Amino acid sequence: MNTMELIEGHKRITPAPGIPVWDIDPYGEAILSDPLEYYAELRAKGPVVYIPRLSILALGQYATTHKVFSDHENFVSSRGVGLNDFAIEKPWRAPSIILEVDPPDHTRTRKVMSRALSPKMVKGLVDMFAATAEELVSSLLKKDSFDGVTELAETFPVAVFPRAVGMKDVDQRILVDYGACVFNAMGPDNRLRRWALERNAEIAPWIMAACARDRLTDDGLGAMIYDAADTGELDQEEAPMLVRSFLSAGVDTTVTGIGNALWCFSQHPEEWQRLRDDPSLVRPAVEEVLRFTSPVHTFGRTAGHDTEIAGFPVEEGTKIICVLGAANMDPEKWGDPEVFRIDRRPTGHMAFGAGIHGCVGQNVARAEMEAILHALSRKVARIEPAGEAVWRPNNAIHALDQLPLKLIPA
Amino acid sequence: MVKLTYIAADGGRTEIQAEAGDNVMHAAIAHDVDGIVGECGGSMMCATCHCYVDDEWAARTGERHDGEDDMLECAASELRPTSRLSCQIKLTDDLDGLVIHLPEAQI
Ligand code: HEM
Ligand code: FES
Repeated sequence: MNTMELIEGHKRITPAPGIPVWDIDPYGEAILSDPLEYYAELRAKGPVVYIPRLSILALGQYATTHKVFSDHENFVSSRGVGLNDFAIEKPWRAPSIILEVDPPDHTRTRKVMSRALSPKMVKGLVDMFAATAEELVSSLLKKDSFDGVTELAETFPVAVFPRAVGMKDVDQRILVDYGACVFNAMGPDNRLRRWALERNAEIAPWIMAACARDRLTDDGLGAMIYDAADTGELDQEEAPMLVRSFLSAGVDTTVTGIGNALWCFSQHPEEWQRLRDDPSLVRPAVEEVLRFTSPVHTFGRTAGHDTEIAGFPVEEGTKIICVLGAANMDPEKWGDPEVFRIDRRPTGHMAFGAGIHGCVGQNVARAEMEAILHALSRKVARIEPAGEAVWRPNNAIHALDQLPLKLIPA
Repeated sequence: MVKLTYIAADGGRTEIQAEAGDNVMHAAIAHDVDGIVGECGGSMMCATCHCYVDDEWAARTGERHDGEDDMLECAASELRPTSRLSCQIKLTDDLDGLVIHLPEAQI
């Protein structure tokens, strides 16, 4: 090859002989809204599949997806976790200094973030989460029906998370949209990604301004990041970038997790009853919601050098999508994955990823979801659909757009 | 294969054979050994995989990894000099026979 041929901002590859070829658009809006059949077919085709129209490899079986997603030595994040190869094309925004870097850079920033988001730090937040959840559920109980997405799934994280970070500026629409932009930007050049780039141009200045030190209180998670810059653990210009990561990754994701939890229980009233009978099931129920709905459905990696997947050679520069949603539904791993069972205890699910990039915000995410489920389980006998649930296609997130609900008081 | 023995806080012993390359947390989960939760799946975010490496073996399992000290501080049971996050101990053939003690509680 004389000049490198590009497709979706990465190198066009020739897949190794024997890799099944599947001509499908995994980012088609019908699939994004209702992905189960696509997940099943992806797994059935083999451990690794070539998708010609994007010239990428796709993984959906649990074992291979887990192995590749956590193998940061062969499959790097620094070239972007979407379809663009940052080694070739200019990234759409300044790359994240935790998500989109490899060790040793990653080790340093990750250490600061994991300290700020450790189980101990999160314990200090649970009372605030519980009180806010309690109040919100009480006010929703007064309504005949409401939209579970905008009135609960979005309202709660936007009420508690910016407060935990210590943000002085809060705007529900901008905060939720910013996450949606970041995740849509990981896909191909489709309608969703074009929307993301346009919307990002409008809101990125607000986001960066909100990450500045003088827009943060001195006792929140944000201040802990700036403190690390004062002690020299981070460079001064790295602190706002890590605070930006809170906002990219910490709002839309938990909005989705909470919305998906409400959807699961509105669809499975028998499991809601079990949760009410035994509140100690709240913790495993959160894990099952995450496994069952995979709020982050797909993230990518790039082959950092010539390597292999499941015995097939893989050339340097290959983009590989790891379909976490498919892995979380793999019958080989889970037996009866399509059954929603709150006491499954699905250790090893991939909703938070795996390995060194495994979600650094998972303790916060769990605490927010647990707070909502605890408050609801005390006050609400049944969570009933009050209309049809509508999913909102996104290139990396599996989230609801509308979820009309009715709460039946206990 | 690497032989591994887990000794629970009440003295109960479980012996398993795990593969080199696996880690001590994951091997325990895969063999249904009680006493290790591993909630974060090995991303060093939860400290529910806390263990004590047997004194005889502590030198061979190596130093704590970068960031491991911070996370160990969140562990539910007392810390000792031999405390490790078991997800950070990778099995190698050199560790054949490794003995791991489990704490009383992980949550
Ligand atoms: C239910 C909610 C959430 C889900 C499903 C989720 C999912 C994920 C996944 C799958 C990854 C792995 C990315 C990769 O390996 O490339 C990740 C990483 C990350 N998450 Fe979350 N997340 C959630 C909530 C949060 C929250 C609340 C925060 C912030 C407080 C957060 C911050 C991050 C950051 C900064 C990373 C990058 C970590 C690294 O690269 O080392 N996430 N998340
Ligand atoms: S499994 Fe979570 S820290 Fe080891």
